[in-house]
Amino acid sequence: MSEFEPKIVGFFCNWCTFTAADLAGTSRLSYPPNIKIIRVMCSGMVDPKYVIKAFLNGVDGVLIGGCWPGDCHYINGNLKARRRVAMLTEILKQYGIDERRFWLRWIAASEGNMLQEVVNEMTDKLIKLGPSPLNKSHKADLVLDS
Amino acid sequence: MSKSIKLSFKKGELNKELADFFKKMIEKNAIDALLAPMTQPNKGVMQTLVTKNSNIKAIDSIDPFAPVVPVNGAKIASSITAKPSNRKVAMILRSCEIRALVELVKLKQANLDDVLLIGIDCIGRYENLDFLKFQEQGETSESFIEKGVAGNTQNNDYDISKACKICEFPRPDNVDLRLCIIDTGSDALYIESLSLKGDKALEKAGIDLNDSVPASSSNTVKKLIKERINARDKAFEEYRESSNSFDDLEKRFAACINCYNCRVACPVCYCKECVFVTDTFRHNGDQYMAWADSFGTLKMPADTTFYHLTRMSHMSLFCVGCGQCTSACPNDIDLMPVFRTVANKTQDRFDYQAGRAFDEAQPLTIFDHDEFVEVTGQVK
Ligand code: SF4
Ligand code: SF4
Ligand code: FES
Repeated sequence: MSEFEPKIVGFFCNWCTFTAADLAGTSRLSYPPNIKIIRVMCSGMVDPKYVIKAFLNGVDGVLIGGCWPGDCHYINGNLKARRRVAMLTEILKQYGIDERRFWLRWIAASEGNMLQEVVNEMTDKLIKLGPSPLNKSHKADLVLDS
Repeated sequence: MSKSIKLSFKKGELNKELADFFKKMIEKNAIDALLAPMTQPNKGVMQTLVTKNSNIKAIDSIDPFAPVVPVNGAKIASSITAKPSNRKVAMILRSCEIRALVELVKLKQANLDDVLLIGIDCIGRYENLDFLKFQEQGETSESFIEKGVAGNTQNNDYDISKACKICEFPRPDNVDLRLCIIDTGSDALYIESLSLKGDKALEKAGIDLNDSVPASSSNTVKKLIKERINARDKAFEEYRESSNSFDDLEKRFAACINCYNCRVACPVCYCKECVFVTDTFRHNGDQYMAWADSFGTLKMPADTTFYHLTRMSHMSLFCVGCGQCTSACPNDIDLMPVFRTVANKTQDRFDYQAGRAFDEAQPLTIFDHDEFVEVTGQVK
């Protein structure tokens, strides 16, 4: 149990957080390999279904990364994402998915260091929280294509 | 002082008085058509549309207080008005139907421009099959109301639906006219006008509004609301305690066969085509095989919990607690508490209440730069 490695799915906006992850990579800012990144065109296109499916498949955390308010390339996709996250959190909470497992963070393209911090912090917190109740075998490899 | 007209009736003649009233409305051109629950020639009561050009004598079979709602009328109102007919139609609906209709109007799936919306006092409804028994036993809307107001809705082995027992909206708002019958005396009903549209329609029919709904009636309604709120909160608490994990949810849905009747019956499941019947969920054989490979087993039909949670994420903000989902399930899964309990949380998060007001924007259609900062907890 001590070697529990949380699995995180990151839905990263192409224009900011995804670029920040790239920057972190080229700047040799290391962050844990626990996160599998999915590039999306905007945080506003993260359908609640993606998040629900990820949790049903046993991930321990979901991180959505978007542009800061005012910086979204589609003007307000991130503001829509924020309301959607608030709504979905209420649903997941009722069924035992702690809100500390579901994060939305603003991370600009230049904020590679913040990306590193956020992923580190989330990983630490999830280790403390333990596996998600839906993570039936926390050793099995993450299945992302399903 | 409410603006009302008192309609007195002799025992057993409530529907006759109502029929005369609505026939007069059509004859005087206050309305061109009426949609109302009517007794069907053979059996049962269904929403029925009668126009000025039909045989308006058909209105004699009107029975708006019949304790049954075969389908939530918001969906019927939507099919009639989404593309306008340009005919003035009066629609008699109850609170759960009207509240759902308010949401459909905001979604532009219904349009009330030509509608005279009439709400009725409602104590509850029986399940469709129970209502047929009720009719066969010679019970009537009048007997139901009389006993129901006193709290006796149980009839032999059946009672009003669980959804109705925790419904805190016995008297509908957001209507043009309201048919008030809770505690108005056993021989009287009050037709109350609540809008300019209502005033005008009655004026055109030559009806003066000289009466006022008795205070006893409003007080009894208030008392009923209080009781229902208590029952509702107790039900929420019980549900939240007994169903707080995905395992609980899966147990509840154990008999679910993915027939999707629950979303067909739901008046606020607004998608024109449900994603669960599109190609997105029509997988190839090798996909199923791959899932079974990865997870060890794959329950078929797949995606049951996924479906219910997705539905929740789509419509919980609009759930009005009508209970049609529970009524529609062929496997007796009690869905209403699942949806209503979560709906209570999601709606609260946005200070929103489904069906409360036409001018209250649906939460996911508006957004602001400086709100819900607690979601990210970040400030620049
Ligand atoms: S989810 Fe059930 S209770 Fe809620 S509006 Fe739909 S049918 Fe009615
Ligand atoms: S109606 Fe019942 S069986 Fe059909 S999908 Fe809904 S819960 Fe499942
Ligand atoms: S473009 Fe980055 S959040 Fe919309």
